[in-house]
Amino acid sequence: MLRLLARVLRGLPGYLWSGWGACASLFLLLAAWEAVAAFYDPLILPDPLGAFAALWGLVEQGSAWPALAATARRALMGLALAVAVGSLLGLAAGLSVTASVLSRPLVTVLLGTPPIAWLVLAMLWFGMSDGTPVFTVFIACFPVVFASALQGTRTLDLQLRDMARAYRLPRWMALREVYGPHVLSYLFPAWVTALGSAWKVTVMAELLASTDGVGAALAASRSQLDTATTLGWITAVVGCLLVVEYGFLEPLKREVERWREAPR
Amino acid sequence: MNLVLKDVRHSYALTEVLGCVGLALPAGGVLALVGPSGCGKTTLLHLCAGLLDLQEGRLDNSFVNPALMFQQPRLLPWQTTMDNIALGLRARGMARADARAKAHAMGAVLGLDAEALAAYPHQLSGGMQSRAALARALVLEPDLLLMDEPFAALDIGLKAQLHRLLLRHQAEKGTAVLMITHDLMEAVRLADTVLVMAAGPGRIVHGHTPAAPALARSDAMVYHETAELLRVPAVRAAFGLDALLDAKACGADEFAETLPPPNARVLPLPLALQAGDATPTVRRMRCG
Repeated sequence: MLRLLARVLRGLPGYLWSGWGACASLFLLLAAWEAVAAFYDPLILPDPLGAFAALWGLVEQGSAWPALAATARRALMGLALAVAVGSLLGLAAGLSVTASVLSRPLVTVLLGTPPIAWLVLAMLWFGMSDGTPVFTVFIACFPVVFASALQGTRTLDLQLRDMARAYRLPRWMALREVYGPHVLSYLFPAWVTALGSAWKVTVMAELLASTDGVGAALAASRSQLDTATTLGWITAVVGCLLVVEYGFLEPLKREVERWREAPR
Repeated sequence: MNLVLKDVRHSYALTEVLGCVGLALPAGGVLALVGPSGCGKTTLLHLCAGLLDLQEGRLDNSFVNPALMFQQPRLLPWQTTMDNIALGLRARGMARADARAKAHAMGAVLGLDAEALAAYPHQLSGGMQSRAALARALVLEPDLLLMDEPFAALDIGLKAQLHRLLLRHQAEKGTAVLMITHDLMEAVRLADTVLVMAAGPGRIVHGHTPAAPALARSDAMVYHETAELLRVPAVRAAFGLDALLDAKACGADEFAETLPPPNARVLPLPLALQAGDATPTVRRMRCG
């Protein structure tokens, strides 16, 4: 545990330093936004400062955090369901050739159905409750996780399996050290992708089917033709995703997949 | 302790890959199975290792502590070299720290330094990966070491190094070795007994016992014995050398001149060379 901490701390300066590149590209985006905003009426596109001021106003007013918390709660609930069910079912289906052959077209159907279609169905089934965004997120993320878990199990290396047998690895040890890391290397990127789409789908679902949360706030600001507040909310949503992605998932990914680093 | 196979046959679906194979390997012996690709060598080894179920015949294996080295290193990509070497020890219930200490010592013997041991497999060269795979097998101090063309992908320098390391360990610990190779010279260099297999279905067609103990064999002796072995009609047939010569007779293959002719005579070595002089000699053949 201490060694892990030492390694993380050692890697920290390099990681933070690499953040400059990310910052530079984000600032370029802001500059482009500013440039375009200069040509248009603030009603069409306010400049970044206007949007940030609107967001700050929301924070001071006290309406930003509860909305973000509601959105995060729904996104995470749907994501947790999709990750749990998708991973388990995917692993189980991967163990049987028949199940994986049967499930592949189903995954394609699920992936091909637009989330907005599911949202309409969910509104009919769950009404204005939390169930609508949670269900939509679940159904949007499930096939991604399921397909990766399936792929991970199907691609288990027969050579490594024979090695595990020849060296008489006990079952739990083979699971933890041979099969587990392999499946995880497929599952982990899928979980990250699912998190991104969970966040987006929740906002979309709230826009149409909720009275609180970021999506509902967006709907309100749209009806008031308040473009600055709309952009403020968008900034908040994207900012949250950036923080989670680069503050938590990326370092975690580096730690989990250290063995994949490019050859020296 | 010994490994005895009697009348072993094996088929995949309708294809018979092994037809009536028998062999015996006593404790401390080194047996090499040589044959062309597809003659069932690997199947035979996997039967001995228990990775395949015996279909027909008898297989008595009284060795208690076998280890297997595959054709490819087959290291776990997500574990460091040291943990890979320690894997078999930990599978036997040894604590991680003890297993790592043993892996470290065995790595040192096989020329893997601390940096290589801390690296992940993909950061190592092919030769280093083979060393790690050999270390993973030897660290178990097996009484029977099964090897499936473990050095096939290495250059001759690395091959020679690993041959030395293996022979030294074998002489020290008295490990029995059953190795598979398609390289006659490797077999003649390492083994007490060389068995030549032919395909369709796989069977043993010739047995050969090199003269001196393996560590005392000079290059010259190895070249000489390999050349001798290549004259044996059964060996030539197994590797399809005569078929190529027939093609030459029909004028179909203009390069067939470069093949050793079936009736080539290997000139006897000067006495000094047979005694272990390391000066390399050129294999001389003459059409008789």
